This record gives sequence, structure tokens and C-alpha cells, in this order.
Amino acid sequence: MENSHEPRADRAQLCQRCETQPASVHVTTVVNGEKFDRYLCEDCARQEGAYHLMLVPQFTIQHVLGGLIGLNPSGQHKEPTPDKSCPDCGYSYQQFAETGRLGCDRCYQAFAEELEPLVKRLHGSVEHHGKVPRRSGQDILHQRTLEELRAKMKDAITQEAFEEAARWRDEIRALEDQHIEQGSQDNGAV
Amino acid sequence: MEPFSAWMEAQGPDADIVLSSRIRLARNLKDTRFPNHMAAEDAEVMLGKVGTAIQGVSGRWPLGFQRMGELSPINRQVLVEKHLISPAMMEEPIGFRAIAIDDPESISIMVNEEDHLRIQALLSGLQLPEAWSVADQLDDQLESALDFAFDARLGYLTACPTNIGTAMRASVMVHLPALVLTRQAPQVFTTLAQIGMVVRGLYGEGSDAVGNIFQISNQVSLGLGEDEFIHNLTTVTQQIVGRERHAREYLRHNAELMLADRVERAWGLMSHARIMTSEEALRLLSEVKLGQDLNLLPATKSTFAQLTLFTRPGFLQSQTGRELNTGERDQMRATLLRKRLQEEAQSA
Repeated sequence: MENSHEPRADRAQLCQRCETQPASVHVTTVVNGEKFDRYLCEDCARQEGAYHLMLVPQFTIQHVLGGLIGLNPSGQHKEPTPDKSCPDCGYSYQQFAETGRLGCDRCYQAFAEELEPLVKRLHGSVEHHGKVPRRSGQDILHQRTLEELRAKMKDAITQEAFEEAARWRDEIRALEDQHIEQGSQDNGAV
Repeated sequence: MEPFSAWMEAQGPDADIVLSSRIRLARNLKDTRFPNHMAAEDAEVMLGKVGTAIQGVSGRWPLGFQRMGELSPINRQVLVEKHLISPAMMEEPIGFRAIAIDDPESISIMVNEEDHLRIQALLSGLQLPEAWSVADQLDDQLESALDFAFDARLGYLTACPTNIGTAMRASVMVHLPALVLTRQAPQVFTTLAQIGMVVRGLYGEGSDAVGNIFQISNQVSLGLGEDEFIHNLTTVTQQIVGRERHAREYLRHNAELMLADRVERAWGLMSHARIMTSEEALRLLSEVKLGQDLNLLPATKSTFAQLTLFTRPGFLQSQTGRELNTGERDQMRATLLRKRLQEEAQSA
């Protein structure tokens, strides 16, 4: 037995099963070479189990993701990840592989190992360079500025421009002190 | 008053070709399950929190907050047709979802779509930095009351890893009839794909480009700053606009009779036909618009963006104030468009 389904957008006819909803799915069933055509509504088609092939009606990014998830960076399928779950929301990695969506923001930590190569493949990068939340991201913004200054200081040292390096060092110290005065914790070790 | 969004008045730069510029930011609350993994109680709490935060910004951004369940199916559809919400907002669980929109319909916030919040700014013409500025400021204001999920390395965290980082989708909607007529469109779109841009039809994922209207957006959201993504898309759009204008001049100089015949035929059908499917109407409106842009046809007061709304089933039904079946819609569409074109052409 084989099934083929094609959605029929504007067929005015009623569903042949419930006879109340408009038919929107054309179900062709072939039994022993004999072909049966029926027109059903989506609900009836789903209830009859004839609809499972149609559950993924679009070829969207979420569905393609499922295929990418098990791949290692060279594009080969690796050993399937033993089923992990997010300790915070209980969402399983398997669910992610099926839907392409995570359960909560903590899932990114729970599945960090698996997500890293995927993110790299999707975006070509794993480093955010955009906006940081203005209020809650103050510590991150502070860290970012410090890192930039430290990089400048290192550059200056490499070029043996020690006076310039000293200026950067003073600026880094001033910024660190200012942050401590503001009562925030600064754990940034050089 | 006319039932259109402000951007449809086509007052922005290059608005004859770039119908709209849109910035959409995805934001999620910290330590809260994403909408796809939410229970009904979580959704209630979420809607309460976000509703309060939206109320909190009402001094500067007066937004009407409504649950999707309170809207009639036709009104929901109209919101999709006006690009204020995505089709996914019409899917179950509708009770989880809400929408906040400002009066000119240039700002909308989708609540509990794929992400907790999707903040959108929509402007006429090519104005991506301006749209970003609106969305950015609204985001800051909302963030003063809400804790957003953010990671120093991965940026804003979203339900789908395709959107992390800036969690920004910048897009432009462009009308490119001459590039299609001169068969340059496929090559242009292939090139766009190679530089990380996505091209879609009028209504986003999976929709066809009927009426020569295309949406171009950034595919990637992580690794560059918002301003860099926006700069890239702006530059690419300027180039496409240049090519489209060039193709129009080429057609005018090398095939003026063919062009005039084509747009006059479209005008004739639009101002006389009694039955019209949405696909035919969009196709003809696109040709009428090309004719108007090249001064081959009389101008109309209604803009292209406004007229294309009349091809949409939800909008037609909201204008008539009742449900219409396919056949009735085809008649109503032809009637409303015919009257507009005839009346406006006479007064022009």
C-alpha cells in the first residue's frame, strides 16, 4: 500500500469523512494495484494517520537543521550523541534534533559541546560582535572594553612602544578601579 | 481614514523600487522556557510581564497590546498581509500569543512567536539604519524592565540557533519588474546567496515571488555587528536598485512599443475585468506600477503597496465586513481595484 498526498488549496468540496469541514487534502491510496481517491479535511487526514508524510509541509531551516545536527565539521556523520537533557528545563537533545529549536536559554550551556560546530557551520563564526544589553550587560561591556585595551597594550609592547603601553596600562587600571568603586564585581584577570 | 500602514504611502528614499525596510530583533527572557516548550501557566506569566513592560514604554511608544485570541481570524490574517506579524502567529497555541502595534503600524512586537519577543520596525523605502535606530531604542527601553537571555560569546540567545548573535533580521522588500523581464533576476539572486543574503517571495518563507516583489534579508546573524549587517544589505540593495533602473532604461530605449503594449494591456484588464484571482491581480498591478514609474500610464493616488493589499483575502474581507468565499473574493477584488483605478485616473 502506498499513499500520496497533495494539498488542495481551494477545493470547495466537503471532507468525505466528517462532512463538515472543507476538504483540503487529496489522499490517494493504492491497494493491490487498485487506486482510491478521497478528499479529506486536515484533521481527518491526520486522524486517519494518512497525514504523517505531510506533517513537514515546508522545507524550512528548522527541518534542514535536523540533518546538520549529527554532522562533524568535515561533513561526515559522527556517532550519535547519547541523549542528554537540559538540567533546567528538561528538554532533550533528541527533541532539538527533531524540531531545530531549543527549550530555554540554558540549553545553550547544556548542549554547548554539540552546538558549537553547528553554530560555526550556520554562521561561520562563534563570536558575537553586536549589541550588548544596555542595563544587564554592563559587566560584559566593561569586559569588552578591557579586552580591547589589553590588546592595544600588547600591541604596543610588541612594537616596543613602551610609553604608549604604559598609557594603556594606566587606562586599564583606571577603568578597573572605577568598576570596583561602582560596586560591581570584576573578576577579570590579565 | 484609509486602513493602510504609514509606510505604504511610499514617502521614503527610493520607495518606487524599495517598498519597505524592516528590522526584526528576537529577544528572550532569561531563565524562561522558549514558547515551543512552554506550559499554559508559563505563557500567562510571560504575557503578564511583557504586557507590563510594554505599558512601561507607552510614554514614548504608545502601543496597542492585544492577545491573538481576542482578534477575529480575518483581523489576524490582515496583520499577516500587512507584514505586522508572521504567519506563525496564526498557528496554535494562539492563546499563548499577543501582539503590540503602534498607530502608524511602523512598530510591532510579536509576543511568543518562535521567540518570546520579536521587535519589528517597518519603514518606507531604503531606510535600514533608521529602522534599526527605532528597534534598537525600543529594545533598550524594554530591556530596562526585562532580563533578556544573553551570552557574552553567543550574543542574544534564541529558540533556533540560526538566529543567535545579533538575533537581527534586516530585510528589504523590492519591486523588480525590469530585472525579471530582462531575465537578470536569477543571476542577481544567485550572487546574493553567495554573499549570505536570502531572497524570498512577498510573504516570507516558502512564498512565491508573484508580482515581481522580493524580500532580501541577511541569512547570518552572528559574527558581525548590527551596523555591519545593515551596511552590507544597504549597499547590496543600492546596487540592485541601480540595476533595476538601468534595466528599465534599457527596455524604454530598446523595446518601448512592447513595454507600452504590455503595461497598457495590464491597465485595460485592471480597469475593466470583473473577476480576478489574487495572483492575476498582483501580476497586473506590478505591470501597472512599472508603467506608472516610466510615465507610460496615469498616476494614481493609491500607492502600489496599498493596491497590492486589495489582492489579499483577509484585507478584502475586512473591507467588505463579512466572510467571502473564493468566488466572491475574486469578484470583490476586481470591483474594488477597478473602481480605484478608474476614479483615481480620472481625477489625476
